[in-house]
Amino acid sequence: MKYLLILLFCLSPGFSYAGEAKDMADDPVLEKRMIGLAQNLRCLVCQNESLASSHSELAEDLRREVREQMQKGMSDQEIIDYLVSRYGDFVLFDPPVKSYTLLLWYGPFALLLAGLAGLVIQLRKRKNKITEAKLSDEDTKRAADLLNPSKES
Amino acid sequence: MMRFIWPFVIFVLLAGFLYVGLHLNPHEVPSPLVGKPAPAFNLSQLHEPTKQFSPQDMKGQVWLLNVWASWCVSCKVEHPVLLALSRKNIVPIYGLDYKDQREAGMAWLQESGNPYVLSASDIEGRIGIDYGVYGVPETYVIDKQGVIRYKQIGPVTQQSLHEKILPLVAELQAK
Repeated sequence: MKYLLILLFCLSPGFSYAGEAKDMADDPVLEKRMIGLAQNLRCLVCQNESLASSHSELAEDLRREVREQMQKGMSDQEIIDYLVSRYGDFVLFDPPVKSYTLLLWYGPFALLLAGLAGLVIQLRKRKNKITEAKLSDEDTKRAADLLNPSKES
Repeated sequence: MMRFIWPFVIFVLLAGFLYVGLHLNPHEVPSPLVGKPAPAFNLSQLHEPTKQFSPQDMKGQVWLLNVWASWCVSCKVEHPVLLALSRKNIVPIYGLDYKDQREAGMAWLQESGNPYVLSASDIEGRIGIDYGVYGVPETYVIDKQGVIRYKQIGPVTQQSLHEKILPLVAELQAK
């Protein structure tokens, strides 16, 4: 029983939590600001990871760079500009609206509009296709009888 | 018949996009530094640490800056290409030994040949960040005015050398 408890304790999720990649943090406030900024920046080595969570050496170096620039008193925007001037817009997880990102930003809305337009056209076409079926007097009477069975009895 | 045409057109378009996408390399991120002056630095040389190297020293010449490291596996792929190029004396190749220990870097050049006029030692990788290096090897073509004209990401191959780098070097040297 004791061993089972120990085993359970070791397997509890608290122990497997990996967390953000750790660096030397002298100043927790600065570290928090750095992580906050780095979460919106892409690591160029493991491209779907953020600079904050990547363990690659480049990410470590870049975090060091960001930290040092923050210590120098640079604003978040200045640091982002610095990284973009070296690595391009690719480091941003949130790409800016530019001539060549128009499709990325507005393409989905264009597709949505095209889909809606297609749907409206289809519905209108279908409406025209539906015509009243002519019923003979006999059929009308039969239908009425079927719909109102109480009268028959 | 008409009702099958649109789905077919959409299918062909989509297949076309996916086919092109198959041949794109997501690791080749276009560098914003192309067309901009090469970032300045002053680093001690690998073989003679007391001497410095700066891109300023190269003004008036077309040259290649090759970022390498002894720990870099792909660098071993491009090494023979660089060695062959250096023997032809077409364009000087300068190395940036990126995030490497001096001894390890020198040992690797000793062992496999040194295509570089000289290498600068970027032990902490700070100059690498200035140049937007994210995967070694990377090679920059820098013109007489010190402007970066081309960046090769990944190993220099015979193909990239003859199709891109050498024609560009010849064009820049003629200017």
